[in-house]
Order: sequence, then structure tokens, then C-alpha cells
Amino acid sequence: MEQKSSLGLAVIGWLVAIVMFFPILWMVLTALKTEQSAFSMVPEFVFTPTLESFKTALSQNAGYWHYAFNSLFTSVMSTLIGLALAIPAAYAMAFYPSKRTDFTLVWMVSTKFIPAVGVLIPIFLVYKTLGLIDNNWGLIALFVGMNLPIMVWMVYSYFKDVPKDIVEAAEIDGASTLATMFRVILPLALPGLASTGLLALILAWNESFWSLTMADHNAATLAAFIASFKSAEGLFWAKMSAASVMTVAPIIVLGWFAQKQMVRGLTFGAVK
Amino acid sequence: MAVVELKGVAKNYGGAHKNAKAANAVENFNLTTRDGEFIVLVGPSGCGKSTTMRMIAGLEANTDGEIRIDGRDVSQVAARDRDIAMVFQSYALYPHMTVYDNMAFALSLKKVPKPEIEQRVNDAASILDITHLLDRKPRALSGGQRQRVALGRAIVRDPQVFLMDEPLSNLDAMLRVDMRAEIIKLHRKLGVTTFYVTHDQTEAMTMGERIVVMRDGHIQQIDTPNALYHAPNNVFVAGFIGTPSMNFLKMTLGGDGKTLTGQTARMVASSERQSIEAHKGRDLMVGVRPEHLVLTTDEAAANLIKGEIDVVEPLGSVTMVQLEVDGHRITAQLEGDTSVRMGDAIMLTCDSARLHLFDAETEQALPRHEHRTETA
Repeated sequence: MEQKSSLGLAVIGWLVAIVMFFPILWMVLTALKTEQSAFSMVPEFVFTPTLESFKTALSQNAGYWHYAFNSLFTSVMSTLIGLALAIPAAYAMAFYPSKRTDFTLVWMVSTKFIPAVGVLIPIFLVYKTLGLIDNNWGLIALFVGMNLPIMVWMVYSYFKDVPKDIVEAAEIDGASTLATMFRVILPLALPGLASTGLLALILAWNESFWSLTMADHNAATLAAFIASFKSAEGLFWAKMSAASVMTVAPIIVLGWFAQKQMVRGLTFGAVK
Repeated sequence: MAVVELKGVAKNYGGAHKNAKAANAVENFNLTTRDGEFIVLVGPSGCGKSTTMRMIAGLEANTDGEIRIDGRDVSQVAARDRDIAMVFQSYALYPHMTVYDNMAFALSLKKVPKPEIEQRVNDAASILDITHLLDRKPRALSGGQRQRVALGRAIVRDPQVFLMDEPLSNLDAMLRVDMRAEIIKLHRKLGVTTFYVTHDQTEAMTMGERIVVMRDGHIQQIDTPNALYHAPNNVFVAGFIGTPSMNFLKMTLGGDGKTLTGQTARMVASSERQSIEAHKGRDLMVGVRPEHLVLTTDEAAANLIKGEIDVVEPLGSVTMVQLEVDGHRITAQLEGDTSVRMGDAIMLTCDSARLHLFDAETEQALPRHEHRTETA
């Protein structure tokens, strides 16, 4: 009986995985096709692969590297700034909770309930006045604002997982608040901080709504790079797919390498 | 080393709790230690012993009274500035640091020079026999080894006061007995004033120079182990200290001021140890320890408890029997080779000097004459 059900689970698991993975596979396959075969009404599974689309994508417009730099710069900076703000906020809420801590946490997450398009006009007007449109820092500020609630929430939960006894032991050992934070809590919460940072990085990297509306050329990210293959002359499936592959590849590779770091728990063996 | 004084110390958690009893975790706690004394705080869970220790540590603020360490009022002083070291029940080792760094942490915060830190950590490690573990992380240690590291982290600091919060309760029984002896030796060697919290009365009796018995936030008695055993202040202390627990029988003191009568049991009280005259004709709780009951065949014995055995527990050196007498459960500790079986009707007697008399209403011990001379 048990073997049967685990076999069933495995089949379901594989089906789900294949359904999830298929669009990515199709994107990669399309990227390796010629425009004609990419557009063919009967999908071609057997074809001669070509890197032509990648070559074109890398040379077209300002080229891949301009967008890639903007994507990298905005996502890394917004992640670092986000962590720098989220850590002290979460620290205060986790270790010095007040009556309103729970409310604050819920309130912060509630800002995520508003659809981005709902605040597009006011933000656009403010940005226009401040001259932040088509500016890297303008996008960074938006990404920080967008990710901060999740980051605070995540870091808060990792801080909450640090055993209270250990924090008290540090206090009795003579550690000041800062020493406790930097020498005990942050090292213990490091895997959690890493996964928080990674998530923020991925969210910022993949962000397209604000990137497409608030940036034109100077600050345009890879989202704009992909979109640029949808032009007045028509859709270029193969090139667009090649651009997409080049956009998601770095983040997939990063996720692959960071997997262990995200899963590993440092706190094992701390208590009992 | 230091003298610790607690004067009228109280912890009140305020109105948030459902009843006043829970809100007052500790009330009117008074105690002055000797320099280098080993004090054990003992009581059932929720009695306030841990709260009291945490107030001494500075992890909780006392809401009333004052706490003095060597004369300095530390009530308003942060834990980090009290110069105390604490061993936690969970050990609370820093999991990301090696054993060496765990022990060196407090010293490095104090900016003690590196060579001195090394010297002190090595000294402490050799006292505790953990020198070979210094490079390891806590997760690579067994429970007993973690316990030693936790002790090491405390002694390396050479603090004024040691606080130990149930440090042995996560160890298995054998190791616990070993570590118990080791902590006593350590204390003798270092002579640092120590507060030790436990719910285990055996631990309390074997380790404490003086024991503070607590219940519901109140001190019940502060005394040496012997005094607690021989002259408990009230029914609670009498029942809590000693294994198996003291037996109690509700009996009426006759007009002669001597004869105690229960439904079936009878005793003759001795006024040598406790003054009983004032209680003539009143109900008393009569306590007698299981180890002071002996089998008898003399039906005319002055002190006599009769009953039918319903539990026999042979432990080798002794045999425990239990019987129901006048609605009370009575345990007697008999010789190991006694041949008794379940269902046997037996008679037990004891020396009148072994009786503990308590007011049945207040549960307080009747006033004692001697000044606990035999107990010191």
C-alpha cells in the first residue's frame, strides 16, 4: 500500500515538475531556432540548433550588457539597502517587542495588498518632480520599498528562531546590544539573512512592471531588453527567447549555487 | 566572591494575568548569603525559583525590594554589568563558535589581553577536563560535554556570583549524579557564591549548604538540608523534602496533651520537641517519615498503625510497602529482606520522637523547643 502511494506521489511530482519546467524548456528550444522555425505553426521538435538569435540579441540596440548592468546594479543595491534597513527593524521587533509590534508587521505586509498599478500615477508624478524617472536610483528606491515588507518579515522570523537563552547568555557575558547583534545573532541568522537577500535579489531582478514604466533607456533593465524584441515590425520569437534565456540564466545559476546555503541551519546543536 | 542580599524582593507581572496569584510570581523574598555560600532554590514548577534567579541575574527587573551584591544595589544595573555568570538549563552555548571562543567570549568583550584569555581558558578547560574539545563546535559535543563547556564559560570569567538554572536536568541519571559531585567539588575549589535552581529535592539536599524551599512565590523555609529534614516548618516542606515523602495522618490530640487518636491509628505525642499543650482537643496533622516506621507484632504498642499492604516495592536494600490507613496513603520503608506480600495485614510503629506535629488548619509546625542543635 505504502509503496503504491509513494509511487503515485512520485508520478504526480514529476508531472507537476514537467508542467512547470516545460515553458522554460520551450523557451530554451525556441532560442536555438531560426525565426522561421520558431514561428512555424506546427511546433518543430526536431531542428538544427543555431546560436544566431543569441548573436543578434547581444548586438542589437545598446546590447545585452547595458541592460544586464542596470539589472545587476539595481537588484544588488536594492538588496543591500533592503537588508541594511530590514535587519535593525526586525531586530527591534524580535528582541524588544512592544504592544504594537504585531500590528506593525501586519501593516507592513498590508502595503503589498495594493496592486502596483494603483499607485502608478502618484509615484510617477513624484518621480517626475524629483527627476528620478529613467534613473537607476529611482528604480532602486522602488525595489527597496517593494521588497522591504517581505524582508523585514523574513528576517524577523529568523531572529525569532534564535533561542532566547543564547541572547540572554550573551547579555550576561557582558555583550552590549550591538555586540550581541553582530557577534551572536547575525552569525546565527546568517543562513536566513542569505536566503532573504537571495529572494530580494530574485524579486528585484525579475521585476518588470516598474522597470518598464519608470525607466526608458538609461536605467532600462533586462525586462526592457526582452520587451524590445516586440517591435512595430512584429514579434521576434527566437530573439525574444534568446533574450529571456540570457535574462533568467544568471539568477537560475545563482539559485543553484545558493541552494545549500539557503537550506542549511546553523543553529542545530545550540540548545540541548 | 560576594555576599548577596535580597530584601523584600518581589516580581509582579501586573494585571495581565488572570489571577493575582500568577501575577505575583515572587513575593517578599528575603535572604542574605554568606560569602562563598552554595544556595539552592527548590520548589515545584511555577514556585518562583527561576524568576528569583533571573532577577538576581538582571534578566528580569524586580518590581519591589532590593538586590545587593557586596553591598552594591544592583536592582537598576543591567545584567551585563552585574559581574555574574550563569549556566542555563539549555546550556545556551554559542553554536557558531568553537568551545574555545565560547569560553573566551566574555573575556574578549572585556578587552582582556589575548595571552591572558588563552591562559584563563586553558586553566578552566583543564579543571573541567575539556582541553581536547577546545577546537570543536557545540554541535559536535555530547550532552555531558556541553554541560562542562557551559560550566567552563561561567568559571573562566571568575565572576562574583554563579547562577545555575537547572543545569543538570537535560542529562541522563548516571551523568547527573557525576556532575552533581563535580559541581560541588568545583564550588569548594573556587569558593564563589552560587545560586542553584532545581526542582529535584535530592539535588537540593546533596548540593545545598542552605536550601530555600519555595511555593507559589513565597519562601517556605530557608535552612540547612538537615534542618529541613528534621525540623520542617510546615506540611509542604515536610512533604517536599525527603524521598519517599513523609506520611501524614490527621489525628486528634486528647485532653491529656499526649494521646493522639485517628480512626484506627493511635500515637503518643512527645512534648519534648514541640509544644503541644495549646492544641489539646484539637486536630493535628501528624507526620512520620517512611524510614522511621518499623514492623511490630505488639498490638499494645503506644504508637500503632494497622493496615493491609496494597503495594510492595522491593528495591534490594530496602522494601517499600504502601497501605491505606484512615483515608491516608502510608508508605513504610522496611528492611530489604522483609518477607511481606500484597494483602498482608501488618502493624507499624515508630519512636514518638520521630513524630512531626502540624496544626491541621494552618499546616504550620507546632512550635519547636530545641534550637535545631542536632541538625548542624
